[in-house]
Amino acid sequence: MRTYAELIAEFKNIAENPRKAMEAFKAETGKGAVGILPAHVPEEIVHAAGYLPIGIWGAQKKAINKARTYLPPFACSLMQSVMELQLEGVYDELDCVIYSSLCDTLKCMNQKWHGKTPVIVFTHPQNRKIAKKAANVFCREEYAIVKAKLEDILECTITNKAIQNSIAVYNENRAACRKFCDVAAEYAAVVKPAERHAVLKARWFMEKSKHTDLVNELIAALTAQPAPKFTGKRVIVSGIMLEPTELLDVFEENGLAIVADDLLHESRSFRQDVPEDADALMALARAWTDFDGCALATDADKPKGRMIIEDCKKYNADAVIVAMMKFCDPEEFDYPILIQEFAAAGIPNLQIEIDQESTVFEQVKTRIQTFAEIL
Amino acid sequence: MEFNPATASSKECLAYYQAKLDEEAWQAKKEGRLVCWSASVAPPEFCVAMDIAMIYPETHAAGAGAKKCSQELLDVAHGKGYNIDICSYARTNLGYMELLKQEALTGAKSETLANSKASYVPLPDLVITCNNICNTLLKWYENLAKELNIPCIIIDVPFNHTMPVQRHNKEYIADQYRAAIHQLEEVTGRAFDYDKFLKVQEQVQRSVYWWNKVATYAGRVPSPLNGFDLFNYMALIVCARARDYAEITFHKFADELEAKDAAGQYAFGAPENEKYRITWEGIAVWTYLGATFKGLKNQGAVMTGSAYPGIWNLQYTPGDLESMAEAYTKVYINTCGPNRYEDFMNIVKNAKSDGLVMHLNRSCKQMGLLNQEGAEYVNKMLGVPFVSFDGDQTDPNVFSQAQYETRIQALCEMMEANK
Repeated sequence: MRTYAELIAEFKNIAENPRKAMEAFKAETGKGAVGILPAHVPEEIVHAAGYLPIGIWGAQKKAINKARTYLPPFACSLMQSVMELQLEGVYDELDCVIYSSLCDTLKCMNQKWHGKTPVIVFTHPQNRKIAKKAANVFCREEYAIVKAKLEDILECTITNKAIQNSIAVYNENRAACRKFCDVAAEYAAVVKPAERHAVLKARWFMEKSKHTDLVNELIAALTAQPAPKFTGKRVIVSGIMLEPTELLDVFEENGLAIVADDLLHESRSFRQDVPEDADALMALARAWTDFDGCALATDADKPKGRMIIEDCKKYNADAVIVAMMKFCDPEEFDYPILIQEFAAAGIPNLQIEIDQESTVFEQVKTRIQTFAEIL
Repeated sequence: MEFNPATASSKECLAYYQAKLDEEAWQAKKEGRLVCWSASVAPPEFCVAMDIAMIYPETHAAGAGAKKCSQELLDVAHGKGYNIDICSYARTNLGYMELLKQEALTGAKSETLANSKASYVPLPDLVITCNNICNTLLKWYENLAKELNIPCIIIDVPFNHTMPVQRHNKEYIADQYRAAIHQLEEVTGRAFDYDKFLKVQEQVQRSVYWWNKVATYAGRVPSPLNGFDLFNYMALIVCARARDYAEITFHKFADELEAKDAAGQYAFGAPENEKYRITWEGIAVWTYLGATFKGLKNQGAVMTGSAYPGIWNLQYTPGDLESMAEAYTKVYINTCGPNRYEDFMNIVKNAKSDGLVMHLNRSCKQMGLLNQEGAEYVNKMLGVPFVSFDGDQTDPNVFSQAQYETRIQALCEMMEANK
């Protein structure tokens, strides 16, 4: 049985080397990979084709140069990085990429792809609660378009049965990831923020049943010993993503453990299962209209704050840190509501800015340090 | 003196009806009828059929920008945690809403509200939003509904990644229209008035007809229409297309333009004053409307084209919900790049423009992020030069007059060289 440290090293290796992960998959299966842009892409359809869905989330500390020609400075940091990488040809070995249209930036980005691979664009319905039935029908139709285009590009047939199998694989993986997050909270003295992140980030680059196996192995290794007492502070993080690794190290240096997250890159992608339905595409559609608590999923009830506050209670968290992706207006709109709700619930909170281009972290270090001291 | 629409000029009609709409909203409030705040290209047909008074936050924010009082409202929003990178229409409105909310909660008008030059409008009892021009309107209205704890009608008009508009797209929107009707019946406690709904739809079509008619005058050479005027008259196609106010005003404006043309009077007076014709892409810089206009006028550049006013070209068959769905979804910025660029090119072509002025509006990602591609397409197809300048619709901190004037000058030099 491998140790916790050995397993974490493997997760880190995968998280830091997506190309290697893709090449290994290709060598093993003889099939290729499909790029999954943020956010909420039903990657089960890709998995059902036997291809590797591989997450596209920019890159850490990537200097933006070429992308300046195609994007004004007020496009979000994540998409600036994605644009820079596509101009460098980083995504050209993918068989295709899939883009949603969930925000104004994505609606434009998916019309100006400069990579060499084909692009599949689809739109999620947003009237997800009041017109749920109609939204499900529309969403299913859009997913059927994604499926048909994938079949055309990958020259294969994707059956209902195959998608159902993939949904089962994904639900199992989601359950494993949720369990890992809970165990990581319990073993806060052991699981460092950057390690937790590596486990969840690797998810984007691995065939999901393999990721599930590795996560389960990790949970077993972790729980073989009793949880040591954690003496630091317990925080929940919210936002699109929390990178680069240096930022996560700042959490650790200041005695902060991440006991739960509300990150699009992490828990928002696995906190809810896809429901059962004889029609697999309808099951995926229903998962979208049932889903709650993401800035990109319209809901005038705005349950996100409530959900985070409930998690604060559940995980006995001391505070919430909002990791605001630079120029991400959907998240920026949620923030003023969140801080009112946190204040009413007496939850200390801090906002930090996420800029993928950043290489200097002194300012954020000071802010987190000061915040940790007052907790 | 009592207002007489028969003798008033279109400009007088515009001012009168704009003020009247606000008064009517207050009157509705007084009588216990409902007031709805609406996104500018959300369908008003449903609410108006149910006798609900409408207020349009985007127009209200634009007005605040033009009156140079948006900054204090932006500051209120900033104080509430709204990032300065968020759309300035939204921030202006959310700041204003906060002032109204505080007034409603405390019974006292804050100094900022009392001294604001922005039109004084009532708080809404419900809101209606539609994302055919941006998804920002979904987030903004979520917050309005949450802050005020009021119903939110959403007309979700999915991005058309494929054109023409797909059948399932139209069906989904039509289904939402039915859901909105049901929601309104619940909110008002009354059965939906389908007869009035049809009449309102017919009214919208007449308003749109005259709005489109006005825009055609810019296609004449020289142009009797100063395109910048459309930015002002736009207030009524937004706020009053479901009423006869817009129709009356635009009909009158069209007659005035016809008479002007017949008399040999053009946008800048004598025909020789029209040296260049430009298409303006993007929302106006409301906080510097005069400066942006003069920057063009000083060079003899008449704005003859703009895709923005054309967003309200909402033609459909009254009584046919799917036709109405298509009209509200095929707004050019809600369509895929190739369709969007082609629509833009046709505007430039119809406007017989010699150059393009691209407003890189920091508030509007939906327009700004494909500006370059649109301009390059038109340039390739028609050989028309373009320049881009940095600006913002209602945040006065972004626009630089010096940069703007230099860019306009450069454009004029390119247009001159093309002659």
